[in-house]
Amino acid sequence: MSEKKRRLKLSIPEQEVMRPGNLACQGCGASLAMRYALKALGNNVILDLPACCWSVIDGPFPYSSVGVPLLHMAFETAASTASGIRAALKVLGKEDTKVVAWAGDGGTFDIGFQALSGAAERNEDIIYVCYDNEAYMNTGIQRSAATPYGAWTTTTPVKHFKKLPKKNIVEILAAHRIPYIANLNVAYPEDFIKKFQKAMSIKGMKFLHIFSPCPPGWKMKPDDTIKVARLAVQTRTFPLYEVEDGLKYTLNVKVNKPKPVIEYLRLQGRFKHLTEEQVSTIQKNVDEEWALLMKKIDKE
Amino acid sequence: MFKPGKKINFNSAKDLPPTPASVGDMTHNFTGSWRNLRPIIDYEKCIDCMICWKFCPEPAIFIEKERPKIDYYFCKGCGICVTECPVKCIAFEEEGK
Repeated sequence: MSEKKRRLKLSIPEQEVMRPGNLACQGCGASLAMRYALKALGNNVILDLPACCWSVIDGPFPYSSVGVPLLHMAFETAASTASGIRAALKVLGKEDTKVVAWAGDGGTFDIGFQALSGAAERNEDIIYVCYDNEAYMNTGIQRSAATPYGAWTTTTPVKHFKKLPKKNIVEILAAHRIPYIANLNVAYPEDFIKKFQKAMSIKGMKFLHIFSPCPPGWKMKPDDTIKVARLAVQTRTFPLYEVEDGLKYTLNVKVNKPKPVIEYLRLQGRFKHLTEEQVSTIQKNVDEEWALLMKKIDKE
Repeated sequence: MFKPGKKINFNSAKDLPPTPASVGDMTHNFTGSWRNLRPIIDYEKCIDCMICWKFCPEPAIFIEKERPKIDYYFCKGCGICVTECPVKCIAFEEEGK
């Protein structure tokens, strides 16, 4: 095969900004998300990190594995620090440098929420990225507002699993009428990078919500990361869509023949205890959410 | 391929950077030692689609002469490449065999 002369066509940029040797678990979705993000963002970027898995993955002092400037911040300050960095860069005249706040779901849905809402209201020129692994994974799998119905965590054990739905962060941000909001998934790298590039070209507040599977926290095999992430889209659990100016909804990946939600659930040990009745509740919720979303997309 | 880095040692307070900023990358940390199973590419069957390269979270798969190659210094052995390979040309082998 080696004698064949052909140019390799890659669907995503070849440049590699992130370094290996990081401390992510095997099959980590967040580490893959950072790799794609830096491929799209390039070198001219400043990252700002609240307490989340990535503050461990990056490595201890004096090392770093991202290859770009990175600031470790307190848990609730992701968006406010990014606003500060943006203001400082404006004074220095470095307006082309991108500022990215990179927070987990705890730092976005719960603890960092007021700073995020404030930055959205001021329409700061930053990219706010939330990589959503649906619990506080770094501290030992505690429930967060992003944990979906039925999931096991250490604070919602099998007998008292979470009976409340996941907070719809995209809708909340859409209500702020910010220029760009998108759902991203690590199993769709082309779509992922396209959305990052789009976010870079828009001025104002951008919010990117990444679906990032966590093998130890979701009690699944590390090699199933991409499979589970893909099933989340194919079962309509995590629709890939974007919202411009809070009103214009676009569906990026069409799912004409959805798979039953059980296919997505059964790969994960955190949903193992669910009875058939509870699975059908989840299926019903997924279908209802999808119908609501379709109404918005039809309107345009 | 990433060059393996060196560990940084501070002998005295004078060696420390003036601010707590990172001065090196994590490439001295060979995460390959975490691995129980070693993925091996069968280059006869490989179609160079680069799907393994695309989905490697480390990144521990790099492109050499238009072919994918696994960097065993850093591969943690998660097996995403084994699952995602469309022609099933990557197989796991027990480490230390």
